Amino acid sequence: MERVAVIGVGMTQFARERPAETAADLVFEACTRALEDARLSIEDVDVVITGSNDFFDGRTISSMAVMDACGSYDKNVSTVEGDGTFGAAHALMRVLAGWGTVLYCAHHKGSESVMPLITNAMFDPIFERFLGIEAVTSAALQARAYMDRWGLDEETLALVSVKNHGNAFRNPVAQLPLETTVEDVMGSPYIADPLKRLDCAPVTDGAAAVILADREHARSAGSRAVRVRGVGYSCDAFHLGDRDLADPSALRDAAARAYRGAAIDDPARQIDLAEVSEVFGYMELMWCEGLGLCGPGEAGEMTASGRTARDGDIPVNVSGGCLSANPVLVSGLNRVIECVLQVRGEAGEHQVEGVRTAVAQGFNGPCGQSQCVWVLGGEE
Amino acid sequence: MTEDWRDSQEILVMDGRIKVPYAWSAGEVGTTYLESLRDAERFLGTRCPVCGIVYHLPRMHCPDCFEACPEWVELESTGTLVTWTIARRPHPALSPLAPPFGFGVIRLDGADTGFLHLLYGFGVGSLRSGMRVEAVFARERTGSILDVSHFRPSREVV
Ligand SMILES: [Zn+2]
Repeated sequence: MERVAVIGVGMTQFARERPAETAADLVFEACTRALEDARLSIEDVDVVITGSNDFFDGRTISSMAVMDACGSYDKNVSTVEGDGTFGAAHALMRVLAGWGTVLYCAHHKGSESVMPLITNAMFDPIFERFLGIEAVTSAALQARAYMDRWGLDEETLALVSVKNHGNAFRNPVAQLPLETTVEDVMGSPYIADPLKRLDCAPVTDGAAAVILADREHARSAGSRAVRVRGVGYSCDAFHLGDRDLADPSALRDAAARAYRGAAIDDPARQIDLAEVSEVFGYMELMWCEGLGLCGPGEAGEMTASGRTARDGDIPVNVSGGCLSANPVLVSGLNRVIECVLQVRGEAGEHQVEGVRTAVAQGFNGPCGQSQCVWVLGGEE
Repeated sequence: MTEDWRDSQEILVMDGRIKVPYAWSAGEVGTTYLESLRDAERFLGTRCPVCGIVYHLPRMHCPDCFEACPEWVELESTGTLVTWTIARRPHPALSPLAPPFGFGVIRLDGADTGFLHLLYGFGVGSLRSGMRVEAVFARERTGSILDVSHFRPSREVV
């Protein structure tokens, strides 16, 4: 792939409610931080891309409402409705199309709407929606299928929640650091069996932004530019009944494409750190397997052995992950940004020693229907 | 030093709701399917002429082969529970059912793919993947997926 780098990143503080800021205020905060990080001003940006969702924002063409806040006047602008990993992939394509410097921002104010009503509306209006299914109950179907496939118990799934909520203590922008145990997770109320409250990501307000640039424009960032080595995406069937819910096949495909670009043939050995979109604890296990960080069915054991812990040989979600802050759409972008910070060695208190190659994963749709993978950093 | 005006501010919040009527077409395949549920209490699938997969829910085209699936196949009202959950939280705006009740992916006998439906009217604690289930049709049927009221453990004799 042509040389493209992430030259600036910015995240807001993530919180259950940020009533003092409108979505546009959050976007301005994230964009300003990304520009500062890149040592650029808004005049240096050629293209602006926004990420938003009309249902979540409660307004038609929600992207237009944040255009002022991301400095898009007179600029080449486009919008992406979907997870931040996909929005950032669109930014990457704009750079590859010859635009030197591209700013992408995404926002989410979960506090302003009612999550189950909105996620219910992603299902088919003729055959599925009126049954009352939504994000948590559909994820529970996948969690059950995955547990059945590999004979896992709920305690194993709970390990992800314990690890990631604990990791969040070292991440100043995380929303939900929690000192918790497997017993605490098991004792939290069931929302949809086998998922309990502490297996599920919180509702979050916040925004994030990244700046991507081609080789020439990345020069100003010097050693702080983190190279995009490979990006891949892939999609599975829409109807849950058409899919093998226990098999992350779309992620495996997406990862294979990203790894081809990055010349990675042994991900478990060549990847130093992963940030995955575990909106529910079990997802981290499935996504680790889909990314090839371990074999199929092995992620529970890998987690139990501590290998994905902060001091393990392949730390996963040292930021605290989505379980510790889940601004929908922004979440995938946060994974990319966390990988960038880790490769730069600037992740602060949650920095892991010697991260050279990191992988970020995000998804769209029920039960991870559509998957996107980024490989960042690494050798020249 | 002046006090920041934001420190003492109470934030106003505008309450609202978006309510837009829609009229979603069930399409030709969906209409045939729903009419069969309504008029004959019979599940229908479609078969792909290339790979032979019987789709239920039925569809016009095979997503794998990208070919039209014009052949209808009659399916049984019994099937296998592929995966399941028990909803514990009431969402009155989404469902009139009082928790706990189940959601399941059910593969009907004669079909190769599963579909989503409700599981209740029995002790949902007995739900297990792979168990045999049967459809319970609604008495009043209107041409909707809820013409199948729900699924319950099958009473068939093996
Ligand atoms: Zn076919």
